[in-house]
Amino acid sequence: MTEVIRDEEGRFVVELDGEIDLERAPALRKTLLDCVRRGRDVLVDLSRVTYIDSSGIASLVEALQDAGKAETRFGLIAISPEVMRVFELARLDKVFTIHPDLGSALKAEA
Amino acid sequence: MSQPKGERLLELRFPAQASRMTLVRQTVRSAARFCGFNEPDTRDIVLAVGEACQNVILHAYAESGEGDVVLGILRDEDRIVVRVTDYGPAVDPTVFKPRDLRDLRPGGLGTHFIRELMDTADFGPAPDGVGNVLQMTKKAKAMETEGGAL
Repeated sequence: MTEVIRDEEGRFVVELDGEIDLERAPALRKTLLDCVRRGRDVLVDLSRVTYIDSSGIASLVEALQDAGKAETRFGLIAISPEVMRVFELARLDKVFTIHPDLGSALKAEA
Repeated sequence: MSQPKGERLLELRFPAQASRMTLVRQTVRSAARFCGFNEPDTRDIVLAVGEACQNVILHAYAESGEGDVVLGILRDEDRIVVRVTDYGPAVDPTVFKPRDLRDLRPGGLGTHFIRELMDTADFGPAPDGVGNVLQMTKKAKAMETEGGAL
């Protein structure tokens, strides 16, 4: 399980992998909030995430809300069908901005 | 809550700690496949049971700081029966209800997931009078009830 943060044209791109559960969610929450509080747009690449539960979703929701207050953008990239199902269950698939891949995310948020 | 009917498949007792959840999910995944569930339904069962265990880890031992979770899995014909038992203080069963999803906020989704993903979910006092049990069931779809390799 890794978290990689890259600078992509002035935005933070946070790449995640593996399973995001209660064990991992606190560290993810801190990473995302740190990125948002630095005042830049944030994109979270979920293409290699195979599992997410309510604790992982909660971290993303909190970061989205903080980004809203900071008037920065917070988007998700490349969600697998398995993980998208969890967003749909939570009725959050229309709440987050979800991009099919990094290229379209950068173009959309340019 | 009364004892369930069905064939006992396994029982797993583990400390109520987040670090055990990967192992628990692997066990539940194997059991669901063994009961003949397809992969999408297996994923749903794994998520629901993970949420149930997470509730115990987060809430059951808030006062004492530590305790165990007992995961029991049974097969009742084409149905999987999963029981998640804790030994914490008795909890009012009416708290086991999903929140309004229109209220966008972190947290509180676990119960909603359990209700959406499983056919039944019943919460109540454990049979021996100590702790609480959440019993969930889900029926395998037709053509998929022959069982597979564990």
